[in-house]
Amino acid sequence: MNSIVEYFTDLFKGLSSLWAGMRVTGKYFISPGAIVTQQYPENRKTLKMEDRFKGEIIMPHDENNQHACTGCGICEMNCPNGSIEIITDRIPNAEGKLERVIDKHIYHLSMCTFCGLCVKTCPSNALAFGQKFEHAVFDRSKLTKVLNQPGSSIKKEAKK
Amino acid sequence: MSSNLYDFSTLTSSIHAALSGMMSSGWVVFTELVLIGLLFLLFYALLGLFLVYLERKVCAIIQNRVGPNRVGKWGLLQTIADLIKLLLKELIPIRKADPILFNLAPFIVILASFMAMAALPFAKGLQAVDFNIGVFYVMAVSSLGVVGILLAGWSSNSKYSLIGAIRSGAQIVSYELSVGLSILAIVVFSGTMQLSGIVESQADGWWLFKGHIPALIAFVIFLIASTAEINRGPFDLAEAESELTAGFHTEYSGIKFAFFFLAEYINMFIVAAIGATIFLGGWMPFHIGNWEGFNHIMNYIPSMVWFFLKTFFIVYLIMWFKWTFPRLRIDQLLTLEWKYLLPISLVNIVFIAFIVLMGWHF
Repeated sequence: MNSIVEYFTDLFKGLSSLWAGMRVTGKYFISPGAIVTQQYPENRKTLKMEDRFKGEIIMPHDENNQHACTGCGICEMNCPNGSIEIITDRIPNAEGKLERVIDKHIYHLSMCTFCGLCVKTCPSNALAFGQKFEHAVFDRSKLTKVLNQPGSSIKKEAKK
Repeated sequence: MSSNLYDFSTLTSSIHAALSGMMSSGWVVFTELVLIGLLFLLFYALLGLFLVYLERKVCAIIQNRVGPNRVGKWGLLQTIADLIKLLLKELIPIRKADPILFNLAPFIVILASFMAMAALPFAKGLQAVDFNIGVFYVMAVSSLGVVGILLAGWSSNSKYSLIGAIRSGAQIVSYELSVGLSILAIVVFSGTMQLSGIVESQADGWWLFKGHIPALIAFVIFLIASTAEINRGPFDLAEAESELTAGFHTEYSGIKFAFFFLAEYINMFIVAAIGATIFLGGWMPFHIGNWEGFNHIMNYIPSMVWFFLKTFFIVYLIMWFKWTFPRLRIDQLLTLEWKYLLPISLVNIVFIAFIVLMGWHF
């Protein structure tokens, strides 16, 4: 008797679990709004990338053309592909002391794997990910970029 | 009933009369055979292409994708492009294969589906052959396809093909029983094996509704067992991609592979058409008992539209199964059939016989 009960409970459990699966896929079928695929070349004008998208490394500058990079070189050391080169300069500050400032933050996009170690390890949060992703060019040299803008300077924070 | 439905037999008999006026009776039969053959070939090819497209779209939407959308409007020409590619592919001869059987196998598979299609009632009066044992005939020829699959697996001389073919054989031999018994349930209800007779018997309601719960159980069993019969969905052990590369058609290329592929999709259509004809009334519009006004309005929708609507509804159900359930193991497959489907359908058919005997159905 027990085995008969078991047989039918098994049967109905199986049927209800099958129906549970079919409900999920059926719901997706009747909700075309859930489609995640981007029809890229057609929707190029309205394409909105996600905030976490890793398009390229950028160095954000504020409205005074100032960035946060101290030129410490930690990103250069951490880059597994050697796609970052830092050229620093030493110039005297107001107190007449020599201080390191960034001259060129060179970023080779062609060698970058977008691992994000430079962004993660930067002590002054000077680097970030940009969302541009159409990087195809006809000349390889165009993939070597200088991240700090010409004439930019370091953002000084008030010492606490 | 259904007096204002267009009867296709007026069209076919007028063609027959016109041909008889032109030539002797022997030539008339020959011309009609050629005409029907050409029509079926055209229908077969177009249907195969459309079903492949439909499958890819349904699958894509279920998986939150877009599916084919580059070739033609909404990707409608995608399958035609695929067909052209397959036609241009090289037919690779397998050195250790049995050449006669290897070349014969795809034709047997495709022939079986052609023969089954001949007996389908597409619309009122539109049926190539109306056997008085139509249900029996369709079951017999549609299971011939497995001979082609077994031959393909054997003659390819490859372990993947052979394992796939043997699995397919075990599967079809088992599930044929449940399909037969669930179809037999409706044969008991309607009292005839003629497909046109079964359709006519549903003029006051489809068997799915008239036959109470036993008909519903038979319908569910039919859906499960016929999905297994056509080697699809969760029952695609015969060509389990992850274990057997492509199962019985691993060694085939080009148009011979396309034959297997096409036959698989047409078999899905045939199974769906039989299900629609037997359980959902075939080309018969949706009628409720004696509601003359309602039945009259339903009759304005042409019978062919009804047939294809119902058939594609079942085709969609079968696709829904495929893209929802994971593949069964071979022991689970046989357990499902021999321990669940077969005993239930046996009890069910005895129950149905009792209902019919007492006259409890509508």
